[in-house]
Amino acid sequence: MTVKVGIPRALLFYYYFPMWNGFFKALGVEVILSRNTTKGILDKGVRQSVDDACLPVKLFFGHVLDLKDRVDYLFIPRMVSVERKEYICPKFLGLPDMIRHNVPDLPPIIDITVNMSRREKNLYKAFAEAGKLFTANPLAVRKAFRAGLEEQERFHRLNHLGYLPHETIEQMSRGLVNQNYSPAQTGDMTIALVGHGYNIYDSYISMDLIEKLRNMGVRIVTPDNLTGTIIEEKSDELPKKMFWTLGKRMIGSAFHYMRSDRIDGIIHVASFGCGPDSFTGEIIERHLRRRRNIPFLNLTIDEHTGEAGIITRLEAYVDMIRWRRAAL
Amino acid sequence: MKVTFPHMGNMYICLKALLTSLGVEVVVPPMPSQKTLTLGTQHSPEFACLPLKINMGNFIEAYEQGADTILMAGGIGPCRFGYYAQVEREILEDMGLKMNMVVLEPPQKHLSELLINIRKVTGNRSWVDIVRAIRFAWYKARAVDEVEEILHRIRPREFEPGSADAVYKKALKWIDDAPDRKELKKAVEAARLELDAIPIDREREVVRIGIVGEIYVMLEPFVNLEVERQLGRLGVEVERSIYLSEWINDHLFMGLLNIKGSKEARKLAPPYVNHFVGGHGQETIGSTVLFANRKYDGVIQVQPFTCMPEIVAESIIPTVSRDLGIPTFCLIVDEHSGDAGVLTRLEAFVDLLERKKEKSAVPESTEKKGEQVCLDI
Repeated sequence: MTVKVGIPRALLFYYYFPMWNGFFKALGVEVILSRNTTKGILDKGVRQSVDDACLPVKLFFGHVLDLKDRVDYLFIPRMVSVERKEYICPKFLGLPDMIRHNVPDLPPIIDITVNMSRREKNLYKAFAEAGKLFTANPLAVRKAFRAGLEEQERFHRLNHLGYLPHETIEQMSRGLVNQNYSPAQTGDMTIALVGHGYNIYDSYISMDLIEKLRNMGVRIVTPDNLTGTIIEEKSDELPKKMFWTLGKRMIGSAFHYMRSDRIDGIIHVASFGCGPDSFTGEIIERHLRRRRNIPFLNLTIDEHTGEAGIITRLEAYVDMIRWRRAAL
Repeated sequence: MKVTFPHMGNMYICLKALLTSLGVEVVVPPMPSQKTLTLGTQHSPEFACLPLKINMGNFIEAYEQGADTILMAGGIGPCRFGYYAQVEREILEDMGLKMNMVVLEPPQKHLSELLINIRKVTGNRSWVDIVRAIRFAWYKARAVDEVEEILHRIRPREFEPGSADAVYKKALKWIDDAPDRKELKKAVEAARLELDAIPIDREREVVRIGIVGEIYVMLEPFVNLEVERQLGRLGVEVERSIYLSEWINDHLFMGLLNIKGSKEARKLAPPYVNHFVGGHGQETIGSTVLFANRKYDGVIQVQPFTCMPEIVAESIIPTVSRDLGIPTFCLIVDEHSGDAGVLTRLEAFVDLLERKKEKSAVPESTEKKGEQVCLDI
C-alpha cells in the first residue's frame, strides 16, 4: 500500500500545488486532496479555529478536518519566505503550530520550513527533509525535487498564457503539458481581479465571483497572469520595498493594470481582517484615485457574506463601466 | 524644522530628550484622546490595526500645532508596523498635509545605519553630541521604567486608591523636565521617596497578573483602556512582559546592552510556537510560559483587532494555559472598545483568580477525604 499524503485545498495550494504534487508523485507517494470547499467544510473550520483568524485560515482548518482521517501524513509546510527579504504573512509562519494546537487527533504533520529570505538553496533543504520520510535515497529526493520544480515551471507558463491557477491545476491533472496560444475568453470588457489566490479561486468563498463576472460578459485577468519581472518592476515604484510577497504581487499587478489600455476596471478582493490586504488595498485605492482613469471596486468577503449583496454590487459595477464607456 | 513623532506610552519623554538635547525643535503631539482616535479613524484604512489610527491622529494634531517633520520607526516585516510609515505618508499626501517623514529603519547590519538616519534630523551635529544625546534618552527610558516598576508594586496595596497614580504623574513630569543626568537622578530619587511614603497594606494578599501581547497596546494606556490602573484598583499586582527600555534595546540597539530582553521569552516559546511569527507573537507565548513558571496567578494578553502575530499567539495560548495550569484572558481593542464592558470582564477574571487562589491556599487536612477539590475556573 502506498503512503498517502494529504494536501488541504486551501491557502498556498493555489500557488504551489504543482510543485508539491510533482515532488510527492515522483517519490511514489499518493497525494490526496481535500474536497472542494462546501458550507460544511467552512463551518467546521470556523468552529475549530480562533475567532479572530481571517477567513482563508479558518477555511484551511476546515480542509484539514476534511482530510485528517483519510491520510497518513498531512503536508502543512511552514512557508516563511519564498523570495529574498520577503515574508508571506505572520499567520503562515505560525500555521503548523496553530493547526497542531487546535485540531485534535491529527496524523503526523510534515511541517518543513521553507525560508528563502536569506538563501534560495534553503528550498531544496526543506524538501530534502520531507523526502527523507519516504526514501533513504538522496538521489531520488533530488530527482523528485527537480520533477516538482518542472511542474511548477509549467504551471507558471500556463498561468502567464492566461489560464487562471485553479484552471491550470485542473488542466494539468488532465494531462495538459504545454501550449502556445492563450485560452479563449469571450466578453466585451476586461477586469483585473486583484486579490489573494486562495480568496478569488475558491469558488465557494468567493461566491463564484469569476464565473459570475464571466457570465456578465467580462474577461478576467489576475496577478497570476503576470510574470515576476513585471511584478518586480511595477512594485519597485513604491518608495519602500513591500515585504509581503503576496502583497507585492497585488500592488505590482494593480500598478501594471492601471496603466494598461486593455483593462476596464480593477476589483480588489480582500478577506475580512486580513492584515496585509488592509494596507495593499489602501495603497492601490489611493494610487488609482489619483489617476482617475479606472473604476475601482473593493470587495470584502467573510464567512457571513450574502450572495445577493455581492451580485448587486458586481452588476452595478459592470453596468457603470458600460455606461461610462458609452458616454466617452 | 519642527519635529514630531507618534506616541507610544512614555516614549515621548525619551524622544523629546533625544531631540531637544540636539537642539532640534520638538512638537510633542497632545496625549492620545478620543479626539485623536476620531481623527485617526476617519482617515485610516478601515481594517488597519489600531496603532496606525492613533499614529494618524497624533500626526494630524501635531500638524495643527505647527509640526512639519515626522520622525517614525520602520521595520522589515512581516508585522504590518514595518509598512506604517509608507501608508501614513500616502494618507498625509492625499489629505494635503505637507509633512516631511524621516523613517528610522532598524539597522540591518550595523548600528551606524541608525546613526546615519538620525543625522537626517540632527543636521551637522558632531557624532559625540549625538551619541551623548542617545545615551541621555536611554537613561530617561530607564528612569521611567524604574518608577513604573515601583508604581506597579504600590498600586494594589495602597490604602487610598489613586494616590500612587498621582505621584506617578508628577514623577513623569519631573523626569521629562530633567535637563541633565544629575537632575534625572534626583528626579528618580524624589519619585522613589514619594512613592515609598504612600501608606500601603503590606499584609494584603494580592493577585499577580502578567500582561503579555502586542507592544503598542501594552505600552499605551489610552489604547489599552488603562488596563494596568484598572487592575491595580482591583488589587492586582501587574507586571508587563516588556518595558520601554527593553524594547528600545531590542529593536533600536540590536540588543547590544546587557539587560533583560525578549530573548529569554523567545527561548521558552517552543514547543508551542517553533518559529518566529513576526511582531511579538512568539514573545507572547514565551512570556506566558515565563509567568506560569514564576507562579503568577494569571496572564492577560492584549492586542489590537486584526493583529496578525497576536492571532497566532491567541490560538495557541489555550494550550499553554491547559498545560501549565495558568488562567489566561484575551483583551482585543479597537476604536469601539468601551471601558465599562472591559472593566466588567476584568473584574470577573480577577474574581475567578482570587477564588482559585483562596481554594488552593486551603490546607489539605481540612478537606474531606475523597472529595474532589475543584481548581478549575
